[in-house]
Amino acid sequence: MKLLTLNFLTCARKTCKSTAAAFPLHPKEAELEQVEMDMNPLFITNMLPRLEWEAMKTLTTELGLPNLPAEPPSAEELADESGEPTQTLKDLHTLLMETSIASGKLVCGNCEHEYAVKEGIANFLLPSHMV
Amino acid sequence: MAEVEYRGENYEEQHVHTVYEQIASHFSSTRYKPWPIIERFLKELPAGSVGLDIGCGNGKYLAVNPSIFLVGSDRSHNLAEIAAQHQPHSVVVADILDLPHQPHCFDFAISIAVVHHLSTPERRVQAIRSIVESLKPGGKALVYVWALEQESSRRGWSEQDTQDVMVPWVMRGSKKDHGDRHEANGGHSHSSDKTFHRYYHLYRKGELEQDVHAADGCVIDAGYEKDNWWAIAEPTQR
Repeated sequence: MKLLTLNFLTCARKTCKSTAAAFPLHPKEAELEQVEMDMNPLFITNMLPRLEWEAMKTLTTELGLPNLPAEPPSAEELADESGEPTQTLKDLHTLLMETSIASGKLVCGNCEHEYAVKEGIANFLLPSHMV
Repeated sequence: MAEVEYRGENYEEQHVHTVYEQIASHFSSTRYKPWPIIERFLKELPAGSVGLDIGCGNGKYLAVNPSIFLVGSDRSHNLAEIAAQHQPHSVVVADILDLPHQPHCFDFAISIAVVHHLSTPERRVQAIRSIVESLKPGGKALVYVWALEQESSRRGWSEQDTQDVMVPWVMRGSKKDHGDRHEANGGHSHSSDKTFHRYYHLYRKGELEQDVHAADGCVIDAGYEKDNWWAIAEPTQR
């Protein structure tokens, strides 16, 4: 599961969903893998304003990845004068699209429920007593 | 009415979820062509739109527009695994009534041939509420459900028929082992064929719109296409 996904996921429990503590989910015992993907500069540029930057910073720290800058890069930092993708954009592509959680758990910061990730797919089905 | 009372989560587990899990790969091999209205809905979205495909099945709609980002979800792990192959999108296993997404966050959502698998009126409205709730103000959801009115289909249901039905899915036996297949049983079935039954609630004209309203959504467009009712819904402004 690519890291970009975590920007759009929270706890599945109704009581947690709207709480700030449930987002982002916290990876635990995560096995990371790099899944190569063709870079689409426009896609990355479009996703940048959608990113919850603080959450992405938390995630990279928790996963032991290089720290992100304090502030999100501006759109101008993603392409050089000739319109070519910059290293900043390439790094975002690597982080968001190629860095993936192969297995592990995603933990809710509100209720502490753990969701399993297996073979790159997170499972959010709740046991019936938690629904 | 006794039959109605035992419908709900456990009923769907047995008559919907377990079946899809078993027929996943065969089902997927028959689902590859996007329907035109859904294709158009997805293609008209501005590049960079972020949305959900709730009950994405094998993910055939994930392949339509690579400049949007979709998080697909399905109750069936086997189908989710097939759907996960479609880049740049993502797929998780989740239940429509307990979606793992922030409310009021998404530009759009689609839920195609999913809501009709919920087995009580309350659960169907709840499912649509779940879809509509995921949307930003002004976000749009496209919902498709099977119609009761499908006289011209091979199933031939019409207005007088019952709306809660079990629909067979026949998984053919291996052709290799049965070269004489056309001779047996007129070519329709075979001893090694396996039939699974899935629960469906067939929607009546107007019923989908009613459910959208009951789920605090407003219908901005709706229609009928090839045995299905569809509606495009927006969250009601408060």
